[in-house]
Amino acid sequence: MSDFDDLYRDIILDHNRRPRHRGKLPTANRVVTGDNPTCGDNCTVYLRVEDGRIADISFEGSSCAISQASTSIMTTRLKGKTAAEAEVAFAGLKDILSTGRAPAEFDELAAFAGVHSFPARVKCATLGWHAALEALRQPDQPQISS
Amino acid sequence: MPADFSTARADFPALHQTVHGRPLVYLDNAATTHKPRVVIDALVRYYERDNSNVHRGLHALSMRATDSYEAARARAATFLNAADPAEIIFTRGTTEGINLVAQSWGPANLRAGDIILATEMEHHSNLVPWQRLAARTGATLRLVPVVGEDAGHGLDLDALDRLLTPQVKIFAFTHISNTLGTINRASDLCARAKNVGALTVVDAAQSAGHEPLDVRALGCDFLAFSGHKMAGPTGIGVLYGRRALLDALDPWQTGGGMVASVSYEGAQWKPSPERFEAGTPNIADAVALHAAMDYLDTFGRPALAGHDHALAARAAIELADIPGLRLIGPRPGQLRAGLVSFALKDVHAHDVVTFADQDGIALRGGHHCNQPLMKKLGLPSTVRASFYLYNTEADITALTTSLRRIVSFFGGT
Repeated sequence: MSDFDDLYRDIILDHNRRPRHRGKLPTANRVVTGDNPTCGDNCTVYLRVEDGRIADISFEGSSCAISQASTSIMTTRLKGKTAAEAEVAFAGLKDILSTGRAPAEFDELAAFAGVHSFPARVKCATLGWHAALEALRQPDQPQISS
Repeated sequence: MPADFSTARADFPALHQTVHGRPLVYLDNAATTHKPRVVIDALVRYYERDNSNVHRGLHALSMRATDSYEAARARAATFLNAADPAEIIFTRGTTEGINLVAQSWGPANLRAGDIILATEMEHHSNLVPWQRLAARTGATLRLVPVVGEDAGHGLDLDALDRLLTPQVKIFAFTHISNTLGTINRASDLCARAKNVGALTVVDAAQSAGHEPLDVRALGCDFLAFSGHKMAGPTGIGVLYGRRALLDALDPWQTGGGMVASVSYEGAQWKPSPERFEAGTPNIADAVALHAAMDYLDTFGRPALAGHDHALAARAAIELADIPGLRLIGPRPGQLRAGLVSFALKDVHAHDVVTFADQDGIALRGGHHCNQPLMKKLGLPSTVRASFYLYNTEADITALTTSLRRIVSFFGGT
């Protein structure tokens, strides 16, 4: 497998073409927009946090395939999780990105091991995660009406 | 006999390499160009033979270094058809030249109520210094709008005439947009500004290595360019300023080399250009820039412009055929500088650039230091292919072939 095929694995291409949980979340009580100033990309993550758990999650924004797929996969993993569990999952992703190796239990996140060979793209893979974790650290906000 | 574009590639050592196993196709020339052997040799020769500090030395090497450095200045003057080498200030590049004007000329000449005029197509380096100057002086920054995509993303000249009031003290604009590929008629813009008594600053970063430049024919007051975008080294650039203006300007930075006399109480400045070159200048890169200017003129700059325009025009026509490709800037058939900027539907610029890189093709994707313009265009980023004297139609074929594969790779289900 070439570095390129390893970067754009099928699961990443699939989540890029058919992103999960994409769009606004009208019931959200946490919203954070992450910016990637070097490329102009942005990603807004919407969370509905209830009793310390992520009851619902969505995202929107404009970003590359790596970023969109990473955020899409993140939404599928974080639904129902606590902030502490989200931190553990993100630490796992960062470990995969920095080593290029992924233990089997990381399933879909393991697809990002190939990003390791493209250092300029690592920030793409973490854009949505940073926004989500920032949102988890915030107090509840009034519901987003629009 | 003028040099031949078809053999120019042989002059550039860095072009002869493979990237990911494919021959390099370098199409990122608007960011920086490659350097011909004669420029690299000039740089090495200076360090191997002449290296010394300039201006104050009385020994042989210092005199040679001074002669070479001042010969580069005189060459830059002829390159721009400036009246006097003292009108040439060596800088680090275009950005530093524009900042020099903003910081030296600005605070002494602007008051609240004055207007600084720039355009919506400026690179951040010709926008942010003026924003900051406006904030410091209480002047207002206004921008000439860019017309719509159907009209080819040029400047709105009717709006320019409405904006050019006697309150406008300075008009800063780019000669060629690094994002759009639009070529502004710099002499016309300078003439319109002069009618209301405004000074003009031309950002020639994208034109100096591609187009004939004659500061007296343009009628500009200041003009800035960078060596590394015109086959020269990084870290050196030129600010041209009209002599009468420069001699009335305060220094920008102070220190050695720019003072006529110093006491413990104060100092008096040398005239231009030394006044604006505090500290040891970038001698070696100025000498190598001299070699780059000589090299470009072996082709002749009208021929150079024709070569780059023709490649970009050809690329614009071929790219327009690719499904889902949105071309930014001049329409096919309109005059276009040597670059094409575009967006692919549903494929992000960074994914395009990463894919093309696997094919050995160097492109640039992003906002091109032009965030407000990208917002106006409604795009987060574009992909840019930019051409230079060593590029050929085969490079365009490589580009379009790769782009068609990208569309099918990311668009397929």
